[in-house]
Amino acid sequence: MEKMARVTTALGGNTLSGRTMFCHLDAPANAISVCRDAAQVVVAGRNIFKIYSIEEEQFVEKLNLRVGRKPSLNFSCADVVWHQMDENLLATAATNGVVVTWNLGKPSRNKQDQLFTEHKRTVNKVCFHPTEVYMLLSGSQDGYMKCFDLRKKDSVSTFSGQSESVRDVQFSIRDYFTFAATFENGNVQLWDIRRPDRYERMFTAHNGPVFCCDWHLEDRGWLATGGRDKMVKVWDMNTTRAKEIYCVQTIASVARVKWRPECKHHIATCSMMVDHNIYVWDVRRPFIPSAMFEEHKDVTTGIVWRHLHDPYFLLSGSKDSTLYQHIFKDASQPIDRANPEGLCYSLYGDLAFAAKESLISSDSNRKPYIGDRRHPIFFKRKLDPTEQFEYISSSSALSVFETDVESGSMDWFVHTAKQYALAGRPLAELCDHNAKVAKGLDRNQVAQTWTMLRIIYSSLGTVSSANLNHSMGKGSAALPLMNSFNLKDIPSGLGSESRLDRSKGESRTENILMDSSSTLINNEDNEETEGSDVPADYLLGDVEADEDDLYMMDHENPHAEEQEYSLPQEAFPLRHEIVDNPSALDHLQDKADSPHVSGNEAETVSLTPVESFSLISISHSLYENRLPSDFFSPIVRDTLLFYAEQGDVQTAVSVLIVLGERIRKEIDEQTQEHWYTSYIDLLQRFQLWNISNEVIKLSTCRAINCLNQASTTLHVNCSNCKRPMSNRGWICDRCRQCASMCAVCHHVVKGLFVWCQGCSHGGHLQHIMKWLETSSHCPAGCGHLCEYT
Amino acid sequence: MDFFALVCLKYQLLQSLKKEKRVQVSPPLTRGPSAFIPENEVMQANGLDERTNLLVEEYSTSGRLDNITQVMSIHTQYLESFLRSQFYMLRMDGPLPLPYRHYIAIMAAARHQCSYLINMHVDEFLKTGGIAEWLNGLEYIPQRLKNLNEINKLLAHRPWLITKEHIQKLVKTGENNWSLPELVHAVVLLAHYHALASFVFGSGINPERDPDTSNGVRLIAVNNFCVCDLANDNNIENASLTSSNFGNVMVFLQIADSLSELEALMERMKRLQEDKEDEEASQEEMATRFEKEKKESLLVISGAFDDDIVSTDVSRYIEDPGFGYKDFARRGEDHLPTFRAQDYTWENHGFSLVNRLYSDIGHLLDEKFRMVYNLTYNTMATHEDVDTTMLRRALFNYVHCMYGIRYDDYDYGEVNQLLERSLKVYIKTVTCYPERTTKRMYDSYWRQFKHSEKVHVNLLLMEARMQAELLYALRAITRHLT
Repeated sequence: MEKMARVTTALGGNTLSGRTMFCHLDAPANAISVCRDAAQVVVAGRNIFKIYSIEEEQFVEKLNLRVGRKPSLNFSCADVVWHQMDENLLATAATNGVVVTWNLGKPSRNKQDQLFTEHKRTVNKVCFHPTEVYMLLSGSQDGYMKCFDLRKKDSVSTFSGQSESVRDVQFSIRDYFTFAATFENGNVQLWDIRRPDRYERMFTAHNGPVFCCDWHLEDRGWLATGGRDKMVKVWDMNTTRAKEIYCVQTIASVARVKWRPECKHHIATCSMMVDHNIYVWDVRRPFIPSAMFEEHKDVTTGIVWRHLHDPYFLLSGSKDSTLYQHIFKDASQPIDRANPEGLCYSLYGDLAFAAKESLISSDSNRKPYIGDRRHPIFFKRKLDPTEQFEYISSSSALSVFETDVESGSMDWFVHTAKQYALAGRPLAELCDHNAKVAKGLDRNQVAQTWTMLRIIYSSLGTVSSANLNHSMGKGSAALPLMNSFNLKDIPSGLGSESRLDRSKGESRTENILMDSSSTLINNEDNEETEGSDVPADYLLGDVEADEDDLYMMDHENPHAEEQEYSLPQEAFPLRHEIVDNPSALDHLQDKADSPHVSGNEAETVSLTPVESFSLISISHSLYENRLPSDFFSPIVRDTLLFYAEQGDVQTAVSVLIVLGERIRKEIDEQTQEHWYTSYIDLLQRFQLWNISNEVIKLSTCRAINCLNQASTTLHVNCSNCKRPMSNRGWICDRCRQCASMCAVCHHVVKGLFVWCQGCSHGGHLQHIMKWLETSSHCPAGCGHLCEYT
Repeated sequence: MDFFALVCLKYQLLQSLKKEKRVQVSPPLTRGPSAFIPENEVMQANGLDERTNLLVEEYSTSGRLDNITQVMSIHTQYLESFLRSQFYMLRMDGPLPLPYRHYIAIMAAARHQCSYLINMHVDEFLKTGGIAEWLNGLEYIPQRLKNLNEINKLLAHRPWLITKEHIQKLVKTGENNWSLPELVHAVVLLAHYHALASFVFGSGINPERDPDTSNGVRLIAVNNFCVCDLANDNNIENASLTSSNFGNVMVFLQIADSLSELEALMERMKRLQEDKEDEEASQEEMATRFEKEKKESLLVISGAFDDDIVSTDVSRYIEDPGFGYKDFARRGEDHLPTFRAQDYTWENHGFSLVNRLYSDIGHLLDEKFRMVYNLTYNTMATHEDVDTTMLRRALFNYVHCMYGIRYDDYDYGEVNQLLERSLKVYIKTVTCYPERTTKRMYDSYWRQFKHSEKVHVNLLLMEARMQAELLYALRAITRHLT
């Protein structure tokens, strides 16, 4: 770190000063604790037990407590605590279950004072009473907590947590007699030190072990707990039932929590695994840590605030064998780096976008959209006068973009999905059918694609040229009509311009969706590149096809002379182009559901009936040349890629399924998978479950195929007791009744069960069908007139 | 002991005498799910109702009831969490494709030549759409899967050798790299099937009665399975008896003593519980006890076994078949440090890592470990209301001890007191070389105990082994991450 802040705080006579600094330990630390006067720190671990004094510039080793020739397991510490009343008194918890106290005032080298070997398993935590000198509490893996009076040789009382391991014990700061204990099964218990027979209160705080807890330093009813479930929770213990008042979700299991002194809502945490950083959270803003210390290279095992009344100094020990002093000024503040932006779609397609005010206002010179119902809503956080620490004053603006119902309509998608035929018939028929469907929805370009696919792939004999000409002719007739619309509309000025703008706005929102961090200005650029997409794609296509005889043939075609894109005179690129251009048009049309919008970039593309004719002539010539259908694969592939690129993944996937093996190898597996998942996702959003399942079934991708094999369980409730039936579908464990009896044969239905929604009687599908053929009343005799459709 | 109890005991003794005789004379039991346990023992158990429910459920979800499930169903509570975790790792959403999972299971089972599990998963592999060609052996599988071989081998036999370099090699970006979630999934599967192989051999699971050969794949002949072991286990066992200093074990082998053996065990447990406070061993003593136990496990040799008889049907799934368990204590020059259980525990570290990379499996495994560790009916053979915590802990920790995992808060002297020699032989064989387990070994320890209790022992061994493997593998992954 380049700039190390030096901080000095005055604390009623004492002054703390220092900088961010660290020292190497010889071994990984398991826990640390500070002396009352904040001048010394003790570090304990499996192979280390030392006291360091905290100097201005560095840590200085004061004392090594690991003495003796053969270091015994008693030195292998899981926890250490320094008494806050007596600066000579320390206690450690050893991994072998021994609790040791140390008296620094002893003249000999060995400072070991007392040894309590009462626990049978590892002791996880020791804790001194905050005001009582001789009272020590320990919590162990064996499920017991013991209270020791240091003047006696044995424990004074034993508290049984009922078999689960104790992870942490902490004396309350307010109540002299109360302590909290946390357990491996997620429970927290409150005990009265005078009553070892039973806990005062118990509640489940976490899912899985609760690794740590800490009483709030001032607001004394608050207890913070941290667990393996990656949560830090703050409980208000003043009420009769412990109430969760704050919850912070971290990214890894929480190993330690420590309230920050002098800051009511701040708490420091470190994690047990994976994440090495120390975070200081404001519990009221649980989504982003207010400060972060990133110095350690392995998990932090112990954190402690240096002084009880100083919020700026934090000490930490870690498995990477370092001891750090962190200064608050050097902490990184993730909030500075965060982009406070939010984006959300409403149920009806409205889009809300919230961003920092500054970001929005800098963009103010742009034209307002029509259909943009932009609410100038500003949120300003009121600064809490009692809070000593300033926030980055935050204000944000919220904009809501309204979509009018028409343009968002995706009816064409639903209709297409429903009507397309994907399998079960010869290819030619499928193509014809699908072309008809597409045409019926005024999607001429897609229709043409289908027709062409049929020409390319189905055996030549079956193609009737009359049919071809017919469809083509119709398609081309439609195009100029639309063009004329455009011409009429464009001069109308303001209206169309605003519309154009609007559609821009829409594509912008799409861009934001994809990359929320991209700024608004960027999007303008994106759009431009999007417009230039078509020629780029086209150029790509023409590199690939250069067959000589085709070239020749192309020369005969007078329409290919068009130089607009400086195309080489080739048949295939040209054909390709035709496929492309109307699609651009078509796509936009779908989007805005009005032909006027084609006054957009798509306008530049020349769409003349002449060209469609050229298409027909080409198809005819191909037809005569009898090229193998493989020859077209690259073009078909480009077509599909193009559709997918345009967002019409429906067409791409449908073609993919219909063509099957013919095209599958041309497109790489990953792209296919991507298309399939997008299409399936879309279908599911429109609740077209059957179709999505059909697509899954028909897909040739392995990853897609297995989609409908996952999560196939259907949970049912018992019809008698309304409880979920966990074991089997036909008998209820609780009420011991067969839940689904057939009303006809009075046997249990184990397979398909059909029932009347009016009287809720039912039975085997076959039986009910048969019954209702002859009778219209319910087979159960309830008198209901059931209907079977 | 009152008169009635005495009569009971006598009757028990006679029964056991009869049983022993019958077992020794009669041909091996090959009917029923297990070759070691009489069929009726498996079928009758407590909580019959609950149990049938569970079995019916299992049958309805998987379409069959394999022998493992049947034997495990003696401990219904455990079976439930076992099946749940196995179902999750094999069939539910996870990073690996379904055929991969079964192939990994095959690879794992092949390390112990467990043809039972191999056959089962060959079937499943094909059913889930696996490529039949892969079943021809390791040369036919993709390089990516092949790369798992090394870790499979180490994990199965000497997990302490796994280092972060092994992990790095697998996840290193490249054509055949593994993502961490995939790797964790694979590791969980490997450990699960290694351990399950221990259970299969330890409980003498019989091959499925009507192996489905219709799919055209030749099932592996069960030649080196327990059936043949039973036939020639006499010489194997004798070899082991003579090859090590078994003097005092011979005493236990005498049937008449088996009653007093149980009594003695109870007595020792009681004494250990009471004397806990009085006799406090020094720290050095504790450390040496662990070392001693570790060393002693060396002497426990489970019979001369010809390593070379690995049928080709199995060997095509493994590479370096000679690689086997090597005693942790006898590691020679390279002094590997003892794994300190407190520094990397399942509850704190293993769980968090595994759950992070392969969501929800942590909870399932956690539940399973907890279940097996806490399972008790408070009975010991004929006695009731016995706290068996010590015994369970001794078994669990002894397995970990053989893998070099040491608990600071455990007095390894207890192992010595509680686990008799023949049991140690059994434990070591089942966990380290399960394929060498014989009925003789199964029978020779804890003669008074019920079969259900011995199955419980097997469950403990299996889970302890799985946890040990997972701990080593996950520790290596953690080191790779930091």
